[in-house]
Amino acid sequence: MTDEPLLRVSALSKFYGSRVGCENISFDLWPGEMLAVVGESGSGKTTLLNCLSTRLLPSSGTASYRMRDGQWRELYRMSEAERRFLMRTDWGFVHQNPADGLRMTVSAGANVGERLMAVGDRHYGRIRATAVDWLSRVEIDEDRIDDEPRAFSGGMRQRLQIARNLVTGPRLVFMDEPTGGLDVSVQARLLDLLRGLVTDLGLAAIVVTHDLAVARLLSQRMMVMKDGRVVESGLTDRVLDDPRAPYTQLLVSSILQV
Amino acid sequence: MSAQSTDIATYNFAYLDEQTKRMIRRAILKGIAIPGYQVPFASREMPMPYGWGTGGVQVTASIIGPDDVLKVIDQGADDTTNAVSIRAFFKKVAKVEVTTDTARATIIQTRHRIPEHSLTAGQVLVFQVPIPEPLRFLEPRETETRKMHALEEYGLMHVKLYEDIAKHGRIATTYAYPVKVEGRYVMDPSPTPKFDNPKMHRSPALQLFGAGREKRIYAVPPFTDVVSLDFEDHPFEVQTFDQPCALCGAENVYLDEVILDDHGGHMFVCSDTDHCEKRRGDPTTPLWGGRAEGAGDLATTPATPTPALRADPPHKGEGKEAE
Repeated sequence: MTDEPLLRVSALSKFYGSRVGCENISFDLWPGEMLAVVGESGSGKTTLLNCLSTRLLPSSGTASYRMRDGQWRELYRMSEAERRFLMRTDWGFVHQNPADGLRMTVSAGANVGERLMAVGDRHYGRIRATAVDWLSRVEIDEDRIDDEPRAFSGGMRQRLQIARNLVTGPRLVFMDEPTGGLDVSVQARLLDLLRGLVTDLGLAAIVVTHDLAVARLLSQRMMVMKDGRVVESGLTDRVLDDPRAPYTQLLVSSILQV
Repeated sequence: MSAQSTDIATYNFAYLDEQTKRMIRRAILKGIAIPGYQVPFASREMPMPYGWGTGGVQVTASIIGPDDVLKVIDQGADDTTNAVSIRAFFKKVAKVEVTTDTARATIIQTRHRIPEHSLTAGQVLVFQVPIPEPLRFLEPRETETRKMHALEEYGLMHVKLYEDIAKHGRIATTYAYPVKVEGRYVMDPSPTPKFDNPKMHRSPALQLFGAGREKRIYAVPPFTDVVSLDFEDHPFEVQTFDQPCALCGAENVYLDEVILDDHGGHMFVCSDTDHCEKRRGDPTTPLWGGRAEGAGDLATTPATPTPALRADPPHKGEGKEAE
């Protein structure tokens, strides 16, 4: 294990004109760590995630990433080609809506294999074997490999999206409400699966969610956002069991009890 | 200028005005400088519908000179409607000599074939292209496909080939088979059968591609590497045919299936009519029906109905394969 972080974010801000997207966000993310970003909708979680994953350029601030060779690179100074390469090799992005992250008109196998082909794998048999392996790891039957994701249920699509992202062995995965829109039993299985995969692979992940239960289950650390700013951050259990900021207290007390 | 003027409407040499030709030549030069790169150009309205070779005609009109000898083929044949009309068009507006002889032609405009007779340095092959973007059916956004070309992100092209193998057990793409040009740009060779892909590789002839509706021109300069994409365990292969041409007995040529009657009778003949006639040694023999002379002029050749013989299929869904 290394005691160096994987990602260093400092004073990151994004403004849409005079409107604040997120403001003055700083944190470090260590390898193998899951960080949850929670807050109500409009609090700037997704803006932050999009900035970090370089899908958006921030107005100010920096983010540095430690590449596989140990070199620190500043994300917003990299060329677009390098960023896109990073995005399809060392990173993953799991969208809330699987249709955004999948190619709905090509088969499940090709969806999983695309990243491999993008990094230069030109051996059909090998690509296929890897796809089969990954489908089984996300609990999709092997005989669905040639079906299009259009024929999949919401939960299967989400698991396929996860497989597609993890196939190149990324070190950092961004997730935007990965369980949004799924019913509770499917959600529970998906969370279980995610937790297993993340632990097995030693992934670092940043998970944006408005669901505190998801945050508690997945993450070790969390940040609570409101109006574009971080109002509280700390170990997940501590924040949820002993919320200090008034807004966090409100959020925690708003959870519906069954 | 009076209405009674005896001068009927006249055209500039080769129909297009000089400024337009200049603009197209610039696009062509840029295309040659960056092999396989799709150069946007201000495509003009032509006196023919999109899909009938407006791109190819504009390229030909821009490069043709009074001394050129023009050959036009459509699916390999010199005697189909499209080929006859375009030949007649240039005969009229450029007064150039036209021919069906591949070896004699200096410019060969083609729809979906490369002649069997090997081309030589100095010849120009002009392709009519319906959809120039090889990634289009996988990625509908033009902004995105341009970025993918710019950043050389071609993994998606292999996704298509992967899908073929997953569905059919082999790469089932038989025409418009994607190629990589000079190790850089992935290019759609226009809907030629993949049988013709190897002929593009290091061809001594200049190959120009014009897409009128999509407003793109691209080029493969002479002696340029053109490599068909494939997988290590599913290498690129061309179509093979069980039998030779029924008319001239040629082997290792691309064959068309011709329906003979309503009872399932059919035969396979060379798709390249010029090649077939030469081999049979009698160029005056009409191949079928109404073919009278090589440089058939639309206005003077009587329209002889040749039902079901050389039906001119649209560019989708072709790529016949005998297996």
